[in-house]
Amino acid sequence: MSEVTSRDVEAALAWRPGSYSQNKLLALLSPVAEGYLEQMAVLAQQLTIQRFGRAMRLYAPVYLSSYCVNRCQYCGFNCDNRFTRARLTVDQAVAEARVLASEGYRDVLLVSSEDRAHIDVAYLTELAGRLKAGRGTEAFSFIGIEIYQMSAQEYAQLFAAGIDGVTLYQETYDRQVYARYHLGGPKADYDTRLRAPDDMGQAGMREIGLGVLLGLADWRLETLALAEHAWHLMRRHWQSRVSFSFPRLRSACGVSSSEFPYLLEDKNLVQMMLALRLCFSDAGIVLSTREPASLRDRLMGLVVTRISAGSRTSPGGYTDPATHTGQFDVVDRRSPREVVAVIRDKGFDPVWKDWDSAF
Amino acid sequence: MDKLTIAGRTFDSRLLVGTGKFSSPQVMAQALVASGAEIVTVALRRVDIDNPADDTLREIDRERFLLLPNTSGARTADEAVRLSRLARAATGINWVKLEVTPDPYYLLPCPVETLKAAEILVKEGFVVLPYINADPILAKRLQDVGTATVMPLGSPIGSNQGLKTRASLEIIVEQSTVPVVVDAGLGLPSHVAEAMEIGADAVLVNTAIATAGDPVEMATAFRLAVEAGRRAYKAGPRAPTHSAEASSPLTGFLRNS
Repeated sequence: MSEVTSRDVEAALAWRPGSYSQNKLLALLSPVAEGYLEQMAVLAQQLTIQRFGRAMRLYAPVYLSSYCVNRCQYCGFNCDNRFTRARLTVDQAVAEARVLASEGYRDVLLVSSEDRAHIDVAYLTELAGRLKAGRGTEAFSFIGIEIYQMSAQEYAQLFAAGIDGVTLYQETYDRQVYARYHLGGPKADYDTRLRAPDDMGQAGMREIGLGVLLGLADWRLETLALAEHAWHLMRRHWQSRVSFSFPRLRSACGVSSSEFPYLLEDKNLVQMMLALRLCFSDAGIVLSTREPASLRDRLMGLVVTRISAGSRTSPGGYTDPATHTGQFDVVDRRSPREVVAVIRDKGFDPVWKDWDSAF
Repeated sequence: MDKLTIAGRTFDSRLLVGTGKFSSPQVMAQALVASGAEIVTVALRRVDIDNPADDTLREIDRERFLLLPNTSGARTADEAVRLSRLARAATGINWVKLEVTPDPYYLLPCPVETLKAAEILVKEGFVVLPYINADPILAKRLQDVGTATVMPLGSPIGSNQGLKTRASLEIIVEQSTVPVVVDAGLGLPSHVAEAMEIGADAVLVNTAIATAGDPVEMATAFRLAVEAGRRAYKAGPRAPTHSAEASSPLTGFLRNS
């Protein structure tokens, strides 16, 4: 990485915009490429608008449960943490989603920590069926899950039940770092987790969401590994769209963000997003409310294709905002209406529905 | 310009327009009008087809435009058929732009599933306009099944690359007994003029208009280019030659003497 020269970066910028090669990505992630962020941004914006149009897809998460059997050192839901945990019944989860539907949402991300005693396939199947029932604005058109790893067979069951996409971060591609932060629970097995996206593709999932937790290890190396993983999935499971998320670690219950040695600056977060866009013109780029409004607003017109707004990260947080502990602290606290106004202001069309329950 | 006939219905315009990727439904509506199009296609996955108050649908004047639902996003024949039936049940429209695109990246159409879906839909009474690769044999197979048009691509959708498939398109145009609508990849008015000049019956444009700096002005430019290309085709263009041929023969005086 340190051997990359200006000439390499210029060659990377000129080589097939939107296409991936390891050398191209390496050049664009290099320290030298920091001097080319403006050129990268111009190209990335062109590609994003060409492939996705002047459209910004909106989604919101519903947190189902904070019960967890894992001991991940960066997460507020770590089973060693003492706080009042919560788990929604299916009825309660539907009530949460109704709040989102009343705000216009048709695309929902169901989130839960890992405890099969509280959230299992039967629960998700029933919930997906309820959320997709009916037609029109009451029915959700797209359901994603961001839940503990399941088996290929379970993913297939969920797909049949109406779940369209799965997000599951490897967290870090560095084995040693992975071991250091994942001290217990089923998630502590690196290799098993690495296979999960293949199982999602096998099950026919429309979208496979990948990401690394930014702050655990060197972001440049993580991005190279992330891209290789994505490229593998795109070729092997060619009917599924891969999307990237960029979760920068935040302070959470029992965790201070100062504990993370590799937190990256805005400049490098943007560099990472631009570099991935220049290599994968059709990958979804997802941005959550972990990031501040000022940065989100700038990234919207640049590379982001899917954005959340008004998120609550605790189970029951929409129907009763006062209760329970969240997984992480939301930074952009604006309402969906405020975010939509910004999207329009930037010359983009807020898209609530980009799928149909009839698929 | 001569009229276009599809499935017994005639149209003054030979430009079909898509409704995705615009910055707002209002800009889309203005661009549709400026394009002079009479057929506009809308992705069933993007709208609530059964809800007239839908943000996109309410901006499309149904007196002026024939709404052509498309099955964008479908990966299989089953999905495309299901969506088509649902759209017809909700709207009474029995026209469908059949898109079966299992690859989410280049969105190239699957010939196998497209043919399968077309057979089912035609039997069920749909007017089917299938999006296909520029494959002359597939075009014939679809025509045999009874589709109303074939819609071969010029280049991958949204790519603005123009007529990369020109050699195959020429074969399709030459052999087809149904209207040939060149769809996808047409990034500039000159691309659509070229498609019309080689004898396409119509073209479909979306990305190039929707993502232009001024979509309304670009829609106008495409309208003019379609007309120019069609009129040129009808006027009988001469084939290019390698030798020079002066407009006023230089040795003409010798023949007069």
